[in-house]
Amino acid sequence: MFYREAGDYKTSYAADNQTFPILFDRYRYYFVLIVGALIIPFVLNDYWANSILIPFLIYAIAAIGLNILTGYCGQVSLGTGGFMAVGAYTSYKLMTAFPGLDMISVTLLSGVMTAMVGVAFGLPSLRIKGFYLAVATLAAQFFLVWLFNKVPWFYNYSASGQISAPERDFFYFTGIPVTGPNAEAWAKYLFCFLFVFVLAWVARNLTRGSVGRQWMAIRDMDIAAEIIGVNPLKAKLTAFAVSSFYVGIAGALLFTVYLGAVEVGEVYGITKSFLVLFMIIIGGLGSIFGSFAGAAFMVILPVVLRNFLTGTMNWDSALATHFEFVIVGALIMFFLIVEPHGLARLWALVKEKLRLWPFPH
Amino acid sequence: MKKVTLIAVAAAVAAGSPAAADLVFPSLSYRTGPYAAGGIPFADGYADYMTLLNERDGGIGGVMTRVPECETAYNTERGVECYESTRGEGALVYQPLSTGITYQLIPRTTVDGIPLHTMGYGRTSAANGDVFSHTFNYPANYWDAASVIVNQLLEENDGSLEGQTIALLYHNSAYGREPIRTLETLSEQHGFELSQLAVDHPGQEQGNQWLQIRRERPDYVVMWGWGVMNQVAIQEAINVRYPMENFIGNWWAGADHDVESAGADAAGYRSLNMNRLGDMPVFAEIQEHVIDAGLNAGDGTNLGNVLYTRGMYAAMLAAEAAATAQEIHGVAEIDASMMRDGMEALEITNARMEELGMPGIGPEFAVTCEDHGGTGMAIMQQWDGEAWVTLTDFIAPDDSVTQPLVLEDSAQYAEENGIESQCGES
Repeated sequence: MFYREAGDYKTSYAADNQTFPILFDRYRYYFVLIVGALIIPFVLNDYWANSILIPFLIYAIAAIGLNILTGYCGQVSLGTGGFMAVGAYTSYKLMTAFPGLDMISVTLLSGVMTAMVGVAFGLPSLRIKGFYLAVATLAAQFFLVWLFNKVPWFYNYSASGQISAPERDFFYFTGIPVTGPNAEAWAKYLFCFLFVFVLAWVARNLTRGSVGRQWMAIRDMDIAAEIIGVNPLKAKLTAFAVSSFYVGIAGALLFTVYLGAVEVGEVYGITKSFLVLFMIIIGGLGSIFGSFAGAAFMVILPVVLRNFLTGTMNWDSALATHFEFVIVGALIMFFLIVEPHGLARLWALVKEKLRLWPFPH
Repeated sequence: MKKVTLIAVAAAVAAGSPAAADLVFPSLSYRTGPYAAGGIPFADGYADYMTLLNERDGGIGGVMTRVPECETAYNTERGVECYESTRGEGALVYQPLSTGITYQLIPRTTVDGIPLHTMGYGRTSAANGDVFSHTFNYPANYWDAASVIVNQLLEENDGSLEGQTIALLYHNSAYGREPIRTLETLSEQHGFELSQLAVDHPGQEQGNQWLQIRRERPDYVVMWGWGVMNQVAIQEAINVRYPMENFIGNWWAGADHDVESAGADAAGYRSLNMNRLGDMPVFAEIQEHVIDAGLNAGDGTNLGNVLYTRGMYAAMLAAEAAATAQEIHGVAEIDASMMRDGMEALEITNARMEELGMPGIGPEFAVTCEDHGGTGMAIMQQWDGEAWVTLTDFIAPDDSVTQPLVLEDSAQYAEENGIESQCGES
């Protein structure tokens, strides 16, 4: 009934190879885009923006970034938190050193800086892989957090070592602030939405093209990939660069748009690396949709649960928090037992079933 | 699927929305995580005192109080979420009990016009009300605490710390770093040597730091710790046989749970306290009206301990400010901006504290537009192996040291954020 290909004729290779080959899927995608860009900003209140949608969008970027590295290129990384910190501190230094810069440039430059740092820490991946690489990136995580704590230049010698985002505009001369306390919820949301849309679109197309194929070849079997002519140096380092670019942007947005003030050890600690890793494992490795699904699962579900348990059920807040851990943990196990390839695979299976429904083979 | 969750959230949010016409004091508490040991008694004390007011006096000025709790686990992201989710309920004042969350909330609360009370924590320079219009940190702040400790040590050493060494063992976060600037200034002034030992979150790994203390044997160790870090530090101090009398915690490193696990071995450990302990009449009333009635927020076992008393003290200051606001504006159902005026006009006297059944719980102080910081006085207490004993009367900090630092830091903040003077000519 849904997802029928009947009557949806493709007359060119481009049409046949598009991301959403099924008409219904395409419409759904446009629908989500229109709702996200044109409807939500008008109905958004502060609570929805600040507690649910903005963190979801930001973590989706981080998850896409890690998914490029781990899901598509097979390089396990536990340094996500550290790379996010690089993005945040770069944007802080840029914002305070160049007050005239707009936020789009600041955020993109933070991504570029993180890409460079990511490549530097990706170099060991040429010699080691798997768990050993995970340990190397773990070192990056601890080193970067230590660095930002240790060197006062990074936090402009402030008394407490915290960095806080001054007010800056969306784009040159728009006069619409997206950072600082005066930023409107819709502006912050649209700013993140813009980044998520462009970055997800680029990521999807990168992974479909020759670069992405090289990454996947390396992931599936690096020796075989080398034999068929993939340059492992280039493939691995581009994966690190692109991935860190995304993660850096997510880290910068988390600091500038969402939190506004950051303490590196707490916000960008090892738990953040794990959080993003869980997102892609639950969402589905090697899937852009999976990154969104994983981010939604890890960001929105706890908030929903908390509101339900303390608001609707009137539970004690401590009890609710403990149960939140139990329920989210149990759900993670449940999903991974039912479908080890994550929510994306589950979603793909549902689509397969719907295409055949009501007459399965 | 996403849409279903969105609807579920909307339903949950809608169901949790308020019954109007209460005085709402949200409690951003933490009863889970590595800092829960400190968070639980404080939150209990805060909620129980508000319940006492409801049960005994019918609220404040005839309006009932309500304390919605939101669990932050001492995490800033959750703290922000809690702030957003509770501020729509007509929140009068926020007390997040976390320096990290305070930094998040200072600009937000200022824009939203909701006062923020960070009692003895948070951004120290917020004491300058000329810059920080909606942030209050009376009765004392970290720089006062650092100065009080040094003043006490000066007195014990006949007025000179020349050539002595003091090691600062601090939580490696905004909270722990706050006193460094003051101690550096004081070390120049009094000629003692300051060494800094950072302990990373959550604070259980302190082996290296104590190895260094064992090797260097500083004359004094001053600790800026919180939560699980304190217990570990005290145990480590015992392990390296550091003289406990010379080990001094700040007021967040001197509660019952910090020393109870070490028991008699920790005898001699000292800490600051901004509220006095002891058997106060108000505890009997809480026992009668709240705990015996089964309305207590926690399990009722924390009644009267250090952090419970401080939570109750915080609630008392909030309630007094609300009463002051009712008086100023002549309405019982005040809003956040009236609450701010009440906090700015707050005056706590010994007579009033006596009347409230908590004589001498804190120093006398009066808040003004310029001074949101109170007097900064604190007492020194000591663990005798079984209980905390008060050693001194309220000790005053050296304002000539802290005040210029406050002005300097707040001026920088005002410049960065383009804040005009709030108090006009005076």
